[in-house]
Amino acid sequence: MKPAPFRYDAPATLDETLSLLAEAGEHGKLIAGGQSLVPMMNFRLARPGRLFDLNGVAELDFMRVEGARLRIGALTRHAAFHRPPCEGPTGALLAEVVRHVAHYPIRQRGTFAGSIAHADPASEWCLVAATLDAEIVARSRAGERVIAARDFFVASLATALRPDELVTEVRLPVLGARWRTGFCEFARRAGDFAIAMSAVALRLDAGIVREARVGVGGVEDRPSRQPAAEQALAGRPVSPAALAEAADAAAREVKPMTDLHADAAYRRHLVRTTTRRALERAAA
Amino acid sequence: MSAPSDKHAVALEVNGREYRIAVEPRRTLADALREDCGLTGTHLGCEHGVCGACTVLVDGAPVRACLMLAVQAHGRPIRTVEGLAGMDGALHPLQAAFHEAHGLQCGFCTPGFLMLAVGVLEREPDIGDAALREILSSNLCRCTGYQNIVAAVRAGAARMRRSTGHG
Repeated sequence: MKPAPFRYDAPATLDETLSLLAEAGEHGKLIAGGQSLVPMMNFRLARPGRLFDLNGVAELDFMRVEGARLRIGALTRHAAFHRPPCEGPTGALLAEVVRHVAHYPIRQRGTFAGSIAHADPASEWCLVAATLDAEIVARSRAGERVIAARDFFVASLATALRPDELVTEVRLPVLGARWRTGFCEFARRAGDFAIAMSAVALRLDAGIVREARVGVGGVEDRPSRQPAAEQALAGRPVSPAALAEAADAAAREVKPMTDLHADAAYRRHLVRTTTRRALERAAA
Repeated sequence: MSAPSDKHAVALEVNGREYRIAVEPRRTLADALREDCGLTGTHLGCEHGVCGACTVLVDGAPVRACLMLAVQAHGRPIRTVEGLAGMDGALHPLQAAFHEAHGLQCGFCTPGFLMLAVGVLEREPDIGDAALREILSSNLCRCTGYQNIVAAVRAGAARMRRSTGHG
């Protein structure tokens, strides 16, 4: 239960970090909070030859609202969301979801962007990113590109990032006052990995759903939007029947995985429940 | 170019005292505290961030010492269970409360629970029951069933408020 040997560098600037990444290629690995990487290294499931520590790169330690976007820098810790980071539904959703992200001591070190780059299927932040159409900003020495969440998550622990790229920030839309958000997660214990979870955002106008975003996580190999559930809501009044139909649609469309925590049929059952509850919380 | 096994000079500031050590980058903070500083009060259970026995305070925040590298703790103030009692051996209010409320049985998890609770109570002295229980679920105890740990932390919180003059 000790990491294999590696070379360690603690760059002070983003430029220095990008040069190290370019030079190391497949052997290089970034560490920010380390709350997923170090366990994998302790188990030797990960054996990076070189480790680049982002914690001294002060320019990546920011979170701010610009226009209608919340910009979350690479060093923003989970604990920064214990209070809403911005006004309105986006801030409220983040402050609710963070209570489900691991445990308090893990939240002191782990980072939002690190969770996105790690792409665990059970990650709450990845689900939020997929549901709200986050933009992931990736930098390398070759330049910057902005990757939409739907293109970013490729499979379990796999993303569109290249080995020489670093997530410098994640941008979330700051939803306006007409939006309502809801979240529901099922896990065996507080702080445990989600077996199924749903995040939703509804834009309402006089009780009618004008736009719906329904996301499901912990169920497939990556977080997903659920178009059938969204269509079941669009243009309809918020009613128990509409919410139940949308939850049924999500449960019908998902392709759940089976693992030692739960089989596919059980996960499908949970998706119906977590989606309905998330919608009820949004509509309340 | 350095080799992976080359040692890095690290200065750890633990409980107000500086320890100058030389460690490989792969040395975790938990191992450095135990093996290089001789501070064996920090316990190691799972070594992958689940059990919380190795919880210490870094910059005042409770963290898993098994998930942090010693090189990452260079120059940062660290507190471990050894720093809780006074110089005269008088127990910290939370240690006294654990003693009185039977907040431990075998004691293996106790240093981690103490540091977790001290870190939280110093930041949120008036934390509510539900939030406190949620935070205490961060660490594992296989003896007590947790009820007495919750009771001990509650009693300790009241003592800490008194001793710091916060009502």
